Amino acid sequence: MADANGNLVEVTGVDKVFHRGSEDIHVLGGLCLKIPEGEFLALMGPSGSGKSTLLNLLAGLDRPTEGSVTISGERIDQLSERRLAGWRARHVGLVFQFYNLMPTLNAARNVELPLLLTHLSRTERKKHVEVALSVVGLNHRHGHYPRQLSGGEQQRVGIARAIVTDPTLLLCDEPTGDLDRKSSDEILDLLQALNQDQGKTIIMVTHDNDAAKRASRIVHMNKGKLTTDAAA
Amino acid sequence: MKYFSVIWSSLKRKKTRSILTILSILVAFILYGYLSAIRLGFDAGVEVSGVDRLVMQHKVSLIQFLPESYEARIEQVQGVDSAVHGTWFGGIYQKPMNFFSQFPVKVEEYLDMYPEYVISDEHKKAWLETRNGAIAGRTIAERFGWKVGDRIPIQATIWTRKDGNPTWEFNLVGIYDGVDKSTDTTQFFFRYDYFQEARSFGSGNVGWYWIRVDNPDNAAEIAKEVDQLFANSPAETKTQPEAAFMQGFAKQIGDIGFIMTAILGAVFFTILLVAGNSMAQAVRERIQEIAVLKALGFTHTAVLAMVLAESLLLACLGGFAGLAIAWTMITTMGDPTNGSLPVFFLPVKDVVIGVLLAVLTGLAAGILPAIRAQKLQIADGLRR
Repeated sequence: MADANGNLVEVTGVDKVFHRGSEDIHVLGGLCLKIPEGEFLALMGPSGSGKSTLLNLLAGLDRPTEGSVTISGERIDQLSERRLAGWRARHVGLVFQFYNLMPTLNAARNVELPLLLTHLSRTERKKHVEVALSVVGLNHRHGHYPRQLSGGEQQRVGIARAIVTDPTLLLCDEPTGDLDRKSSDEILDLLQALNQDQGKTIIMVTHDNDAAKRASRIVHMNKGKLTTDAAA
Repeated sequence: MKYFSVIWSSLKRKKTRSILTILSILVAFILYGYLSAIRLGFDAGVEVSGVDRLVMQHKVSLIQFLPESYEARIEQVQGVDSAVHGTWFGGIYQKPMNFFSQFPVKVEEYLDMYPEYVISDEHKKAWLETRNGAIAGRTIAERFGWKVGDRIPIQATIWTRKDGNPTWEFNLVGIYDGVDKSTDTTQFFFRYDYFQEARSFGSGNVGWYWIRVDNPDNAAEIAKEVDQLFANSPAETKTQPEAAFMQGFAKQIGDIGFIMTAILGAVFFTILLVAGNSMAQAVRERIQEIAVLKALGFTHTAVLAMVLAESLLLACLGGFAGLAIAWTMITTMGDPTNGSLPVFFLPVKDVVIGVLLAVLTGLAAGILPAIRAQKLQIADGLRR
C-alpha cells in the first residue's frame, strides 16, 4: 500500500558499510529514492556501484548501516529477523539472475515453495501454482525438473515463484543476465505485462540497455550514489 | 507435513550418498538388534530371576560342595518358605560343542521352586515314575530333534558312575515350556535320587541351594541369617539374591553387557561420524539453496528444523529398517549358536531403545550442519 504521495518505496539517507577485516567498504552513501506504486524501475550502473546491495536492502535481505527503508508504510530496517522473514514472504517476490530453483523439485513444487509459508490448504496451493504457471505460460511443464527446462523456461518458473503469493513488490536481479536475446525478450515481455496488466511494482537491476528501456523509469548508480534518474 | 516433500527431495539430491549413509546406519542397527538379543541370552538368568529366590553356595567358590543335610536346617529359618538343591553335572552330548546345562534335581521340590517351567501332568507323572527319567526344555529338544521316549546318552566330565562307566543314559520322559519367551528352555533335568545312587564320589554333597522366602523385602536379612547358621562349619556359605548369583555366573565368561556396550558404542560413534559428515556435506553443497529459502521467507528456525528433520529422516530410515530386519532375522532364523543361548529374541524394551537411538543419532548428526544453516546470512549465501 502506497503512502499519501503514492510512494510504495521510500529509501531515506541510506548508508551501507561492509567490514572486511580492519577495512570499511562504503557501498552506499546517503542514498535517497522514492518509488511510486505500479512503477517499473530499472536500476543500472557499473559493477560495484551498489545496485545489488540496494536491491538486497529493499528485499529485506540485508539492513542499512544508516538511514531508513520504508515499504508500504513499514520501516523494514527496524523489523526483527523473524518478522522480516514473514514480511518478505508476504510482500516481496524475488527473481534471480541464475534462477535459483531447487534442482530436486519440479516446476510446480518450486513455485509452491513460498506458499508453504501460508495457511493455504494443499488444494488451494495447487490452484495458486496453476494460476502462476499459466501466467508465465508454463502450465504444461509443471512436472518438469529445472534440468529439463531451458534457461528461459527456468526463469519463467522463477517469475511464477515470485508472483505466486501476489506480492506488493517484484525485485529482479539481472533477470535476463543469463539468457539469449530471444529468451530475454520473452522474460521482459512477461515483466512488462505483469507491470502493465496487473499493476505490479517492479524494480529490476540490469546491465542491459535494451532491458532497461522496457522500464518506465531508469535510475543510474555509481559509487553508491544515484547519478541519473529519468523516465525511460 | 507440508514441508515433507522439500525435506525428502533434499535426500534425493545425492542419491548414492544418501543410500550409502542409510545402508551404513541400517547395518549398525541390525548389529544392535543381534547384540541385544545375544546380551539377553547371556543375561537371561538375571532377567528372569525371582525376587523371592536366594541362592546359597559355598563361601569359597561355587565348585566347592555343600552337605545335602543343610536343606532341612535352611527350611527351619524363619521366613524361609522352601529350599531345594542343585548340582552342576557338566556332561557332553555327542560332542563338546553341543553345550547345554544339566542338573540333577528333586522333581517335585524343584518344579515347585520354578513355576515358570511348564510341564504337563502326564510328563511330570512319567518323570516321577521313571528313576533314570529326564526332562528337557523345548528349545534344546528341538535343537537335537529329541522326542519323548528317546534315550539320551550323556558323557560325564565330572561325575563318573560307580561302575566306572562315564556314560549316563537317560530316558526322556517329558519336555517343558516356559511361561513366556524369556524363560530358559535350553536346560536338561534328571532325578537326584538316580544321580545320588549312581555317582562314584561326592555322595551326600550338592552344588548349591535355591531358597524361596516368604517376603522378598526380608531377603537380605534371611540371607544373613542363613549364612550365620553355617558360620564356623567346614562348609561355610554365601547367600545372595538369585539375580546377583546369575550375574556373577554370567560374568565368569566375561562382562558380556560391557563388551556389547563397548562394541555398540564404537559402532554408533562411527555411524555418527558418517551421518554427521554426510549432513555437513549436504548443507555445504546447498548453501545457495538455503539462502534462497530464507529469501523467500523461511525463518532461521524453520531452516534449522528442516535440516534437523532431514538428518532425522536419514537416521530413522536406516535405523527403523535395520531394527525391522534384525527383528525379522532373529524371529525367522533364530539363534545363530543353534540353541547354546538359553533365550534368543529381541525384547520390546531394546526395540524402543533402538528407536530412541535412531532419533538421537539423527539429531546428533544434524545439529551442527543445522546450526550452520540457521546462521547463514542470506546475502552471503546468495553470493556463492
